[in-house]
Amino acid sequence: MSRLHVDWTRCDGHGACTELLPELLATDDWGYPLSRTGERDPEIPAELTRHAEHAVHTCPLLALRLTRHPR
Amino acid sequence: MTLTASTELTRRLLAPTADTPLPRWDLDTLVREATASGLSGRGGGGFPTAAKLRALAGRGGVVVGNAMEGEPLSRKDAVLLTTSPALVLDGLRLVGAAVGARRVVLALGPSLPEVTSDEVEVLRLSGGFVAGQETALVNQLDDGPAVPRDPLVRVTTRGVGGRPTLVLNAETLAHLALIARHGAAWFRSVGPPEEPGTSLFTVSGSVAHPGVVEAARGTRLSEVLATAAPRPFSAVLVGGFHGAWVPVAAAEVRLDAPSLAPYGASVGAGILHVLSSDSCPLIAAAEFTSWLAAQSAGQCGPCINGLPRLADSLTRLAQRVSDPTLPAEINRLQRLVTGRGACAHPDGTARLVGSTLRVFADHVVEHIAGRCTLGGAR
Repeated sequence: MSRLHVDWTRCDGHGACTELLPELLATDDWGYPLSRTGERDPEIPAELTRHAEHAVHTCPLLALRLTRHPR
Repeated sequence: MTLTASTELTRRLLAPTADTPLPRWDLDTLVREATASGLSGRGGGGFPTAAKLRALAGRGGVVVGNAMEGEPLSRKDAVLLTTSPALVLDGLRLVGAAVGARRVVLALGPSLPEVTSDEVEVLRLSGGFVAGQETALVNQLDDGPAVPRDPLVRVTTRGVGGRPTLVLNAETLAHLALIARHGAAWFRSVGPPEEPGTSLFTVSGSVAHPGVVEAARGTRLSEVLATAAPRPFSAVLVGGFHGAWVPVAAAEVRLDAPSLAPYGASVGAGILHVLSSDSCPLIAAAEFTSWLAAQSAGQCGPCINGLPRLADSLTRLAQRVSDPTLPAEINRLQRLVTGRGACAHPDGTARLVGSTLRVFADHVVEHIAGRCTLGGAR
């Protein structure tokens, strides 16, 4: 199972990921992605894998990664 | 409250050291002895040292002794490097040889004493509260700014110069040097079995004799405080600006992880800051939080935006603004920033704020009612 990792040093709150993955990500007070589960790097359900990959490729600041690390 | 006179505290790091030769260990021996000793990191995170050693991805890397001490309430690394610099350098030599390091560095923050060594590269680096975070230290050693990096790839895999890098706190290294000379069983002979050894504690705030003392883990908070002759106090900030409050009613608590857990505190880097009974805890916490907000490296959105908002809301509460929604808003903000940065700065700041509202819940009610008459810290 993959997880979605945000590199906060790169993220500028552009918002592409929250539009592509509304099931996983909300928007915080300032426009930055906010994990809906509260997990630091939310787990990606299998049915959202393609959307998550799309979000990773769409992020204009290359701030998203799919990872397999457990946290 | 009355504090009992101090019992004899254990001195190891700050005791005069016999100049016995340091054994030369290979990595297997070092990992085995570190595991047997149960040593955990003394820089704040409290991560088991053996696990960090095992995580190192390969030989030919970099070992860094972290003596940045960017926490303004901490003096223990400065005292250690004044009293026993040889122990820290020995620890670096021991680990550097065991892991086959190509570079062994002692990183000194701006307020640390001068240290000289023929075998260890001693560097004076620029400071700041987050400069001592592991990835910020690596960044600075790579000639970058002293700001944290995204932690997805661990520095033990790719750190300074792209090489596997081990960052260990100066005190942790000194403990390793003692373990190498006296053995893991000796190290474990004080402190609770699950958290053995001694720690350096910096006692500050409303005390007659602020300073650094060494005591076994698991020593009672009151015993360590007694060495500094505290004036009447309402609470102690344990673990520093990223720490949590222990109220005076719990001053007999033992300084170890399980005993401090109910307060959301940990020994961390051993900071014990005493809050006078005459000082308003919310004013103190608001000042700390405002300072922390200003210490953001300015890289991560939730920290850049969230910490000033958190500090503003807490300041309004401290100023007795009659807004009953403030506590809920402060709690929402502290949860909102938690886990959403490259380093532990937002989490640590949120921990302090969350603890403030929990421990001083009754006092929060007084503020909303406009009744608190206490002033700032004295």
